[in-house]
Amino acid sequence: MKIRQISVFLENKPGRLSALCRTLAEAGINLRALTLSDAGEFGLLRLITADPDKAKRVSEAAGFAATFSDVLALCLPNRPGGLASVLAQLEPQGLSVEYMYAFARRTGDAVMITCFDDVDRAMAALQAAGVRLLEPADLFAAEQPSV
Amino acid sequence: MISRLWNDLEGTFFPESALDFMPVERLREVQLQRLKTVVSHAYERVALFRERMDARGIKPADIRSLEDVRRLPFSMKSDLRDTYPYGLFAVPMAEVVRLHASSGTTGKPIVVGYTAQDMEVWKQVIVRSLLSAGYTRGDIVQNMYGYGLFTGGLGLHAGLEALEATVVPASGGNSERQIMLMKDFGVTAICGTPSYFVHLIEVAQKLGIDFKRDLKVKRGLFGAEPWSDGLRRYIEDASGVKAYDIYGLSEIVGPGVGCECECRDGPHIFEDHFLVEIIDPETLEPVPDGQEGELVFTTLSKQAMPAIRYRTRDITAIDPRPCSCGRTIRRIRRICRRSDDMFIIHGVNVFPSQIETALLRTEASLPHYLIVLTRRSGLDQMEVRVEVTGEMLRDSVGAMEQLQKRFARSIEQITGLHIAVTLVQPGSIARSEGKAKRVLDQREAKS
Repeated sequence: MKIRQISVFLENKPGRLSALCRTLAEAGINLRALTLSDAGEFGLLRLITADPDKAKRVSEAAGFAATFSDVLALCLPNRPGGLASVLAQLEPQGLSVEYMYAFARRTGDAVMITCFDDVDRAMAALQAAGVRLLEPADLFAAEQPSV
Repeated sequence: MISRLWNDLEGTFFPESALDFMPVERLREVQLQRLKTVVSHAYERVALFRERMDARGIKPADIRSLEDVRRLPFSMKSDLRDTYPYGLFAVPMAEVVRLHASSGTTGKPIVVGYTAQDMEVWKQVIVRSLLSAGYTRGDIVQNMYGYGLFTGGLGLHAGLEALEATVVPASGGNSERQIMLMKDFGVTAICGTPSYFVHLIEVAQKLGIDFKRDLKVKRGLFGAEPWSDGLRRYIEDASGVKAYDIYGLSEIVGPGVGCECECRDGPHIFEDHFLVEIIDPETLEPVPDGQEGELVFTTLSKQAMPAIRYRTRDITAIDPRPCSCGRTIRRIRRICRRSDDMFIIHGVNVFPSQIETALLRTEASLPHYLIVLTRRSGLDQMEVRVEVTGEMLRDSVGAMEQLQKRFARSIEQITGLHIAVTLVQPGSIARSEGKAKRVLDQREAKS
């Protein structure tokens, strides 16, 4: 199952990231996972949230350029070699990873948010290889943050 | 051609348009007769013209042919500033019925005045402009030029009323309301600056309003700033509004010095009121038709403030080819640059319009951009800031860097210069409600 990620363009100027985070916070949007890529003069902030449409809308209303892209949430056992074995299976099929970022869950597994060059083919290959792909619902309902 | 003089389905006859189709010999006769009158008038009533003509040993009686205009001294914007406010007025103030003034970005504004007859002539050339661009009395026209000291708003207003179109005097600004008015009032045509309209297209998109689907606006007269053919294509593709170029400047009359016809291949100049010359801005010698140079006007009927060989700083050429619309008044090429807009970067002349063209070649829609000039170790440097829109944004740092490089390459192809391009956030470049501010000059601030 594909996950809708939003990517927000950030000018490399002090306060831009915090302004975006404030905007999302004020709209009551909780960030499940995020990563910031930096290209010197600008950066791209990639976010996974329960309501990507709302996140994009409020970001744009606050003057940020934002776009959607489809990524996969791979659920892997949280142990050495978990990722290596999955990647090894994709390699012969010519699928390449554009970028990935991860978070561990208290349930003991690791979630790899992964952007492939060809998301549909990657999804089929991963399913065939028996890799568990999280549904958006799994991603947001699975656990409550501990206080 | 007579059919063109009949305006709209109700067949209202506008004899004003007949002047656009005058036989050329007759037009030249009218011009010469008026030139003689205006030169005498300026010589007798305006000290500056008299002193300059005396210094050259020229008397009004020396003007015997249209070519003799070349013997007259030039005038320019600094003359208006130096004689601020009324030094170039040729009638007593009691005869002046209207004043307009430019936004004086540097120091004092320039002031222009009109007699009642000047107002009539101005109204007439605007009616002729509107007719040539296909406006009819059945149109509901939203006039988005600023009302007030700027000549655009009230100038177009008078012409639209004379045409008996329905005028919506919206003036500039309050963009969401502009869109609302267009929608609710069933506006069919507009006038304004092209840069403001580009902004409105963006605002409409944000409001979820599709110009082509939700609005009835079919045509627009755009002027008061140079705009490229690329921008015309963008406006037409994005909004479905057919864009016509209306040319003018306050010093000559305001909008209505010239206007495009349905062929949209450069504005026809209303030559019976404005004598046009193109000169080499360096040697000040006239250049042949078709060759580019600085546009110079002599007003042929202005009473309050005649302009003698006024140097506009606009760079263009006379297009002597007959136009397929049948008008005998000649066209000039569309003005894309002004000699005073030019800056020199690493010894190369660069015009803001070239940057606009380069950006439009890279992206289908014109992004908001700002040219920033700075000075480092005594050399002028240029940076172009381009706003990233949602459509331009890709979820890849590499793709965004490629976009930045494509902009830079396109600028390099056109100007030959490697210019730094910076991608900035949407909305971070100030929007204008009148003339676009495309250049931020920080050369004095940072040296």
